Formats: sequence, structure tokens, C-alpha cells
Amino acid sequence: MANQETILTVENLGVKFDNNEVLKGLNFFVQKGDVLAIVGPNGAGKSVLFRALLGLVPYSGKIYWSPKLKVGYVPQKFNIDKDLPLSVEEFLKFKEKNLDKIIGVLKSVGIRDEHHIEHHVLKQRIGWLSGGQIQRILIAWSILDNPDVLLFDEPTAGIDVGGEETIYNLLKKLKNERGFTIILISHDLNIVYKYANNVICVNKEMVCYGEPSTVLDPASLAKLYGGEASFYKHEHNN
Amino acid sequence: MNIITSPLFLQLLVGILIGLGAGYLGSFMIMKRMSLVGDVISHVALPGIAIAIILEINPFFGAFTALFLAIVGIWFLERRTELSSETLVGIFFALSLALGILITPEPELLEALFGDITKIRPIDALITFALTAIVLFTMFRIYRELTISIISKQLAQSMGINVSKISFLFLLLVAAIVAIGLKVTGVFLMGALVIVPAAAAKNISIGLTRFTKLAALFGGISALGGILFANYFNLHPGPIVVLASGVIFLLTLLFRK
Repeated sequence: MANQETILTVENLGVKFDNNEVLKGLNFFVQKGDVLAIVGPNGAGKSVLFRALLGLVPYSGKIYWSPKLKVGYVPQKFNIDKDLPLSVEEFLKFKEKNLDKIIGVLKSVGIRDEHHIEHHVLKQRIGWLSGGQIQRILIAWSILDNPDVLLFDEPTAGIDVGGEETIYNLLKKLKNERGFTIILISHDLNIVYKYANNVICVNKEMVCYGEPSTVLDPASLAKLYGGEASFYKHEHNN
Repeated sequence: MNIITSPLFLQLLVGILIGLGAGYLGSFMIMKRMSLVGDVISHVALPGIAIAIILEINPFFGAFTALFLAIVGIWFLERRTELSSETLVGIFFALSLALGILITPEPELLEALFGDITKIRPIDALITFALTAIVLFTMFRIYRELTISIISKQLAQSMGINVSKISFLFLLLVAAIVAIGLKVTGVFLMGALVIVPAAAAKNISIGLTRFTKLAALFGGISALGGILFANYFNLHPGPIVVLASGVIFLLTLLFRK
């Protein structure tokens, strides 16, 4: 592990909104090729942490990214409903004009049939796709410009359980193929055990940090989720 | 008489330009889920027109000032909360209409409410042409950023897009097109010319390009058809233009995608 390159170092990170402390005292680092999961209850500041990492909110403390690192981001909130008149092709072309490149990326997110891509996916209204397909399109969007790091905010919110596994397998496959580093927010500890090599538990402050199997013990889960801890632990034991 | 300065030609020119601009902007208002705002924003212009008439200045400036203040208000609400501001808009805009009706001098009230494109002068055509050109040019510059901001504010911000600036600029364009469009349909119905053609275009479009272009086209056709029809049957053009857009909307329902 010692020869791995550290690409992100966070020191004593804090975020305040109107004197209200949302995050404080966060310390962690990310190495190239890591999959870091951020877990915590609703309102714990997970999305705020992402926004701080992206430089979108003012913060105290230090965030060091390696120079010239390209960061891709899939936010949690998308206003893509059935009604939105926007085709998949138009959406992806906002980021990349080259159609061959777009088709290539769609293939790597698991939509393999070129005929299907050209005649059904690209010309389709994005809101008419299923939740899982929209998720793939968003992942395609985020990897179009070959980022080094991917930030995913609850990448499977609103997707059924089977679809969820598929999306994580896809992320894993992309990581292996393209050597991404992935930082993801998840509410599902099963996913964290299965896919992440590091985890940070956040509830305003850092409750735990390390390998999932070591640090996600009953005590820190209780501290993280309060009364819900036994529920989560039970789910993990299944 | 020279055709360029003939009254009907001027009316058609102004009407079509405003229809195009309003329809195009309307497509983004609908995507922003601001149909109600689009529909009633023109009501806010009335107190502005009234004050301008009382102060004996050009009513356009009064209307634009009132609309500008309204969009600053909407923009502020948009920034402060992600919740829909529909209730406040519904209340505030209706109140300004009531106030406007009360203070607009009687002789001008009917024209302010329903517009009167038959009174258009060549200089109005020139102003309309210039403003519509500015509106469309600005939109071509910002439509990508605007659309991404509508899809996801967070995504747009992460791409370095100044979401609130783009939104403000867009609302400013809406205020401008509504202000110049008041001549055509008046404060009661100008909002309809922003929303109805775009709603019709949405019925029969899958993608954004077709949606926005059809919205502009339907706006232009509504103005063209409405003004010609009103001219032929000697009717008031404003309501006929809006009814024409309504007919297009009903037709598109038949081919809904």
C-alpha cells in the first residue's frame, strides 16, 4: 500500500451555514484506485461534504487534491421527469459533441447493442427511460471526459434492489477497466461492505474511518445511527 | 402606400416577432416548471403601466420596471428555497392586477388590459425587432447552461456554471419579451402567449431542439393567424392571437407523444 499515490487529503474540514455547523473536524485521505464510501444518517452532511470537495460551498480546514486531477460528479438531485423534453443524445451532447465517443461510453455503461443505442436510446426522451437506465446515462455523462475520480451521491437512490446491485457492479467494472478512484455516498451498508475498501461514517463529525470490516462495529454504528443501529447491523448479518 | 409602412404589415411583423420570442422563452419556462409564473407574470405590468401613464412617461418603461421588480422577486425566492413559489406568485400577481386596474386611468384601461396592436408605429416595430434579436441571441448563448441548470443545479455548479446568474438573465429576457408583447395581447393575455405555444410544442416533441423551435414557430403562427383573422373580421387582435395558440394546443393534443 505504501507505494500508492495519495490523490486527496482532507484536514480538519468544517462547513457552516449561517453559523450552523454542518460538518466539523473531518480528516481523511484517498489513494489512487480507492473506493471510499461515505455513510451516515439523513441530514448528516454527506452531500455537503461532496459539495465542499468540489469547492461549491465555503469551508474551513484544508482540502488538497492532486494537481491536474479531473473529477466527475453525479449529484443526487436530478429533475429528470417523464415530462422533460430532452433526448438522451441532446443531454450527452451538452458535454461531448463527438457521437462515436458517446456511443463508446454508452457501450461501456452496459448498453451494448449499437443499433439499439442509435435507434432507441439516443433518440429517446431521457425521462421515458427506467430509473436504472437513467442512472446508466448519468454515469455515462460523468465518464465522458475521462475523469480520474468519480463522486457519486447515492448513485442508486430510487432504483429497486436488483438494479442497485447492477449499478454497483457496473461501477466496479468501470473502476477496473479505467482505473478510476471512486468516492460514493451510500445509505446501504451491504453495498459498502461489498464494494468499498474504505469507509467514513459522518454525522456532522467523523464517527469512524477505515476498512468497513474493521470500523463498522456495533459501537460506531450505534453512535452513527442512534436507535437504528440494530436494524443496520441485522441487515449486514444476513 | 408602401407595404413596409402599411399598418397591417407592421402589425404582422411585430406580432410574429413577439410570438417567436415568447414561444421560445416559454419552452424554457415550462422546463423550469414556471408555467404559472409565465402565465401571470404579465399581470404585474399593469401597476407599472398605470404609474407611467400618471407620470406621463412611456408605458413600456413602467411595464418593464414592474416586470423587472417581479422577476427580481421570483429570482430571490428561487435562490432562497428550492420549494415551489407558486402560492406566493399566485397571490402577489393577482394583487398587482387588482391594484393596477384600480389606478389605471379609465381611457387607457382597456388597451392596457387587452393590448391594441392596431396602434403600432414603425418605431415600435424597430424596437421590437431589436429587442427580439437581443433576446434570441442571448438565449442561443445561454441555452446549454440554462438547460443543465434546470436538470440539476448541483451538476451545473460542479461544471462551473453560475446557476443564479443564468437564471436571472433568463428571467430578465422573459420580462423584456413580455413588456414589448403587451402591445399585442395586453396584460391579461401576454403570459398566455409565453406558455400556450410552448405547451403545444411539448405535446409533440421528444427532444429539446424540436420543442424549443416548435414553441417559437407556434408563437409566430398564432400571432400571424390571429392578427389576420382579427383584421378580416374586424375583431380585437389580442384575444384572437391567444385563441389561435389555444387552437394549436388542441390540435397538438391529437398527436401527443
